[in-house]
Amino acid sequence: MTSDLPKPLALIAELTHRCPLHCVYCSNPLEMKTRAEELPAEVWSKVFREAAAAGVLQADFTGGEPLARPDLEDLIGAARVSGLYVSLITSGLPLDEERLERLVRAGLDHMQLSFQGASEEPANEIAGTKVHAHKLRVLSWVRRHRIALTLNFVIHRRNIDQLEQMLALAESSGAGRIEFANVQYYGWAFENRANLLPTREQLNRSLELIQQAQEKFRGKIQIEYVVPDYYAKYPKACMGGWGRKLILIAPNGDALPCHAARIIPGCHFENVKDHTLGEIWERSDAFQKFRGEEWMSETCRSCDRRTQDFGGCRCQALLLAGNVAATDPVCSLAPDRSIVDAIVAAANSGGTDSLVKPEWIYRSNPS
Amino acid sequence: MTPDLNSVPSLAPGCRLNEKNQQPRVLHMPERALRLNGPSLEIVERCDGSHTVQQIISELQKLYSKAEPQRIERDILDYFALLHDKRAVNFDSQPAPGKAEGAA
Repeated sequence: MTSDLPKPLALIAELTHRCPLHCVYCSNPLEMKTRAEELPAEVWSKVFREAAAAGVLQADFTGGEPLARPDLEDLIGAARVSGLYVSLITSGLPLDEERLERLVRAGLDHMQLSFQGASEEPANEIAGTKVHAHKLRVLSWVRRHRIALTLNFVIHRRNIDQLEQMLALAESSGAGRIEFANVQYYGWAFENRANLLPTREQLNRSLELIQQAQEKFRGKIQIEYVVPDYYAKYPKACMGGWGRKLILIAPNGDALPCHAARIIPGCHFENVKDHTLGEIWERSDAFQKFRGEEWMSETCRSCDRRTQDFGGCRCQALLLAGNVAATDPVCSLAPDRSIVDAIVAAANSGGTDSLVKPEWIYRSNPS
Repeated sequence: MTPDLNSVPSLAPGCRLNEKNQQPRVLHMPERALRLNGPSLEIVERCDGSHTVQQIISELQKLYSKAEPQRIERDILDYFALLHDKRAVNFDSQPAPGKAEGAA
């Protein structure tokens, strides 16, 4: 490995795209992989060994819904044997007490349980199915085990005013961490953006509340808040920079630098069935594509922040500006910032019409 | 937050050291890992529910006998405050059941 190439720190293992939920902001691609395409456990075990050898410290099991894999226990065990820290990012469906016990026994370190809201009805509306009550049961079971627990709330226009209720739910659950992550606009969320993007007033109120909560729960609950980058002054260092920290393996074994990278035209993704994870990280075209600064526009290349945010998000540049190499349009210095300004202006005209049920485009489920 | 010298630190659920044969040594936590070397590894290895804060300070003062003892105590207390803020370590008033052998 060349000395200036950073090692991957985390492996995002998309075990499946199958999921019993239909969340309107799902980060999965619009075209999902089917069950028949999913990697068998032996190949995942190889991936975990290669990941650890390449320097990866943690595996984040995600999907779809990882619980849809009947061999999830074996996969957790294999990742642990390889020396990785294992997080399970889950909706908690379908999960019962016995299976949770088996997952913990297999070596699960950390569960991140997603919530779509603080109460039954709005949460179920977002998930497109009845899930909230079951999640509360899962919470009561998790408390009996010595694993870390994060509650994850995806935040948007329809629930950003209920942060206090969500905090109360998290406090009573005994969770050590809460993530309030505003929706990022890719995939299904991009399709539903007009109904999800909060107003500036909503956002400011939430920032104030989060700050107070962080102070109140210091040392007891860690509270992370991810703001919607359409309101940011500078873009996020997407994935910690392209090919700098994270590697995502899709259900069929394709290795991607980020969740949404498949939308980039002409980007070919190597598969872990054909190459080792280390080879893909070091040499594949997809991971090399936006490393370094050669690909950058003049705006980024001449900017002092280029080593902090790496020009922002490539998929966002493509989705909003139609040019994958453009400065992320959410950046206040971007030539294309007016596109984001127009979207933000539209989100702030008129009320939040909280009584009217929007026309959602629900995430479908692959066969 | 400064921990009580008589309290007993132990790693919080979901926080653990990686294996002895792995390099670099890290303290795993949900969504992050803390790289450990020298003194920080010596401290975290003793957060096993059987050492008091005072015992850990004394043992490190012996291990690093060339450093000023006051300085070691202050650094360790600062480090514990950081681990507490990150929710990596809990401080109990007495050793965990079955782990009393290290206690005074």
